[in-house]
Amino acid sequence: MSVDLEHYLIVGAILFAVGMYVALAKRNFVSVLMGIELMFNAVNLTFISFSRFVESPNPLEGHVFAIFVITVAAAEAAVALGLAVLLYRVHGTISVDEMDLLKW
Amino acid sequence: MEETGTVVAFWLFAIITIGSAVAVAFVRNLIHAVVFLVISFMGVAGLYITLSADFIAVAQILIYAGAISVLMVFAIVLTPQGERRNSEGFLRLPALVLAALMAATLIFVAVDTGWEIADRPGFDETASLIGESLLDKYVLPFEIASVLLLVAMLGAIVLVRPEGAVEEE
Repeated sequence: MSVDLEHYLIVGAILFAVGMYVALAKRNFVSVLMGIELMFNAVNLTFISFSRFVESPNPLEGHVFAIFVITVAAAEAAVALGLAVLLYRVHGTISVDEMDLLKW
Repeated sequence: MEETGTVVAFWLFAIITIGSAVAVAFVRNLIHAVVFLVISFMGVAGLYITLSADFIAVAQILIYAGAISVLMVFAIVLTPQGERRNSEGFLRLPALVLAALMAATLIFVAVDTGWEIADRPGFDETASLIGESLLDKYVLPFEIASVLLLVAMLGAIVLVRPEGAVEEE
């Protein structure tokens, strides 16, 4: 018995689905961000496993792409958590359900 | 011998990763959710090591388990006590259905596609090769990433700066 590409892809798929559930269903802004980070992780895991297993002239390209994904995720987290603090200051809540300023 | 170790490590880290991710979805306290998120990130770092991606594994622990989780704890403690619930909104059921469909589709594609598997051993070390390609082939995205990080840093500072902080000379 050995570990193949499919095993890693299935782990990535389940991780992505869990992150998607967290990002869509949670009411708290910070929880939504946690779900998005989980999805980033699932995508990175898939990149790295393709980089390890699949035939390619330059097998390390997946690693380079994963590094850029991590960079963008870090920038996104910083700005989004700043937004969370700002929302609390202006609105008094960070519940996603109550953000309806653009509704009417 | 080495093969058995990899298999055991893979299953261990896969269970840790997915179990903690599910715990993030179902635990009620937001601080506990962040702790489970960190455990999940660590599990992903372990999976990277089984894929012989040493540099990415270290970067994962440094950036995700270190920096981003600390940022999240900061955001939680800067918002009120009453907001520390981790409850679901009215989208709970549709989100569950959508996530299940997404998982089913992705797993079907992953299993059904005939991937071109390369028969090569894992990388010996990746850091120097990644560094070379970042400064050679990917030098433009590398520079753009630095500008992006600068803009994100300035944006975060400008967003959370108190009103009227500029007037004090």
